[in-house]
Amino acid sequence: MTTRTPWRPVALLAGLVLLTSACGGTTKSDVQQQQSSAPAGSASSAASSAAADPNAPLKQGLKIAFLPKQVNNPYFTIADKGGVDAAGEFGGEGKEVGPSDASASSQVSYINTLIQQKQDAIVISANDPNAVVPALKQARAAGIKVVSYDSDTAPEGRDIFVNQASAEDLGRTEVQLLAKQLGNKGKIAILSATPNATNQNTWIEFMKDELSKPEYKDMELVKVAYGNDDDQKSFTETQGLLRSYPDLAGIISPTTVGIAAAARYLSDSPYKGKVKLTGLGTPNQLRKFVKDGTIEAFELWNPADLGYLASYAAAALASGQTTGAEGETFKAGKLGTYTVGAKGEVLLGKPTVFDKSNIDDFDF
Amino acid sequence: MNTDVLRRWETLIAVLLAGVAVWASLGVDGFAGDSNVSFLLLDTTEIALMALTMTLVIVAAEIDLSVASTLGLSCAVLGALWNAGLPIEAIMPICLLVGAACGAVNGLLVTRLGLPSLAVTIGTFALFRGLAYVILGDQAVADLPPAYTGLATSSIGPVPLATVLVAVLAVVAALVLHATGLGRSIVAIGANVEAAYFSGIRVKRIKLWLFVASGVMASLASLVYTFRYASARADNGMGLELAVVAAVLLGGVSIFGGKGTLPGVLMAVLLLGVVRNALILADVANEVLNFVTGLLLVASVLAPNLGAARRRRTPSPVEGKSVS
Repeated sequence: MTTRTPWRPVALLAGLVLLTSACGGTTKSDVQQQQSSAPAGSASSAASSAAADPNAPLKQGLKIAFLPKQVNNPYFTIADKGGVDAAGEFGGEGKEVGPSDASASSQVSYINTLIQQKQDAIVISANDPNAVVPALKQARAAGIKVVSYDSDTAPEGRDIFVNQASAEDLGRTEVQLLAKQLGNKGKIAILSATPNATNQNTWIEFMKDELSKPEYKDMELVKVAYGNDDDQKSFTETQGLLRSYPDLAGIISPTTVGIAAAARYLSDSPYKGKVKLTGLGTPNQLRKFVKDGTIEAFELWNPADLGYLASYAAAALASGQTTGAEGETFKAGKLGTYTVGAKGEVLLGKPTVFDKSNIDDFDF
Repeated sequence: MNTDVLRRWETLIAVLLAGVAVWASLGVDGFAGDSNVSFLLLDTTEIALMALTMTLVIVAAEIDLSVASTLGLSCAVLGALWNAGLPIEAIMPICLLVGAACGAVNGLLVTRLGLPSLAVTIGTFALFRGLAYVILGDQAVADLPPAYTGLATSSIGPVPLATVLVAVLAVVAALVLHATGLGRSIVAIGANVEAAYFSGIRVKRIKLWLFVASGVMASLASLVYTFRYASARADNGMGLELAVVAAVLLGGVSIFGGKGTLPGVLMAVLLLGVVRNALILADVANEVLNFVTGLLLVASVLAPNLGAARRRRTPSPVEGKSVS
């Protein structure tokens, strides 16, 4: 076997690479220039050319398909059931379809079949905000309304994004929740995810802002600890917090991993029930800690309401109540009237608080 | 005798494909539309591309389970270089080189160290995917040039451009396997590697280049994939290797090597695509979908072996008569 021949095609390709890079071609900056010179939001402006009538009746028999990140995922099962129930209320036909793997490419397959089925609206939680956009654009071109929920797509892929909770609401209500348990006084700490986690850092800013209000003057934030969203690290960080501040009164953990680890530590320690713990978590994960008194109350948005609102948003779009433009309003059954915010966002509202009295009503 | 069975298997797949297509056109709303057919073809592009070289590899009694990871690695390299400001025209050949390198790693480990390809490519399956995450992390590169992303989804009439690419390469692969000395050598290697070696076939060299071809094809598929979804990510194409191997086996290629044709494999790729598409359109739940695909697969591995076993059990005409 000669050793020379195998390298020939390689050398040829390498030469080709050099040649094309020398001659220039399409680079990232070229695309950025093109995009900045193109009129922004052309898709949404085209959509809003039709007039919205907030009092238009919801059409009957609307076909609305829910496409979650993954089927058989308890969180989405509840959200989509909320959506299908809503469709039943307004005389539509709701269904949940989707892949069993949380991949963008299989979601695209489903979007394409939903186009063929001539659905009136698609409600999607995107596995990849960009990969689903070409298919969603085709859907919109075919007259199908698109609502994203839970995880947004790039704005040109959908008409409305139903956001589960605003950063401000999450930050402020967590402080309010803990303050209520502490009688507005005592030393508190935050157990966050990683030091550069975007979501958590935004929430923490709003927590600090809330704490600066006069009614919380007796509460002092002594430390922000980082458990890196790692169970073991969060556990030892909680341990460390209580060693450094034996008089600590409460902990806020705005991450599902952190709150579970902190609860596990507290429940086996003498601080159980004395140091208050709250934050963001899911009922299934924290049920036993609520029952054994480690946690009084924690919060999260209600996924059933999220699906319910997304379903009404889809029907409102398909019936012409709204076009998804900022400032327009639409009605969402038992949840009341909602206003479309900037960039087509609709906010679900304040998170739901879970405690002993209601935790058994939720299974996710 | 062998070719006879083979013929029958392919006829069966063809009849099955035609049957499912007719059933779906009549019984499933939206199946027969131009846009659905076009989408169906487009959706099988990457699997079809990788199945072409996978057929050659499996006919030579080897296997390459790292194709989807090679695809992911190639996507990650594309994304990283694009972020670094290189022109896309230069990145594409680099990606093909990455694919060739991945294939060469597999090929060298198999041929030079004599390791079984199943073990080697399970290793590189994890290795290449891991490397992809090292290079691109969990970010997605989505600002790719519209000229190329448009090209990947455009079509001539109902036939997507990507399908034209598949067709051209399929013709090349079919010619290589069925009409050249190289093709006969590949079959000979798969049928009996020692006999092939002693009749002067350069077994190691051919196997090495088959793995390289498989890697290059995976990176070509990665380009189609990235442009089609306008998204370069390290987890692109996760799990596709199973779909590829499934299609090849369903197409009548023997997992033990030495047997198989490309027309059979291409029909199997289409059959799996059509079944999936029709069942999703008919609102069949995903679990049932996976069950049906699995069933087809088990049947495809089982049926030829059952046939062979029955023939072995009834060797003499006398015994045959008494049984029937």
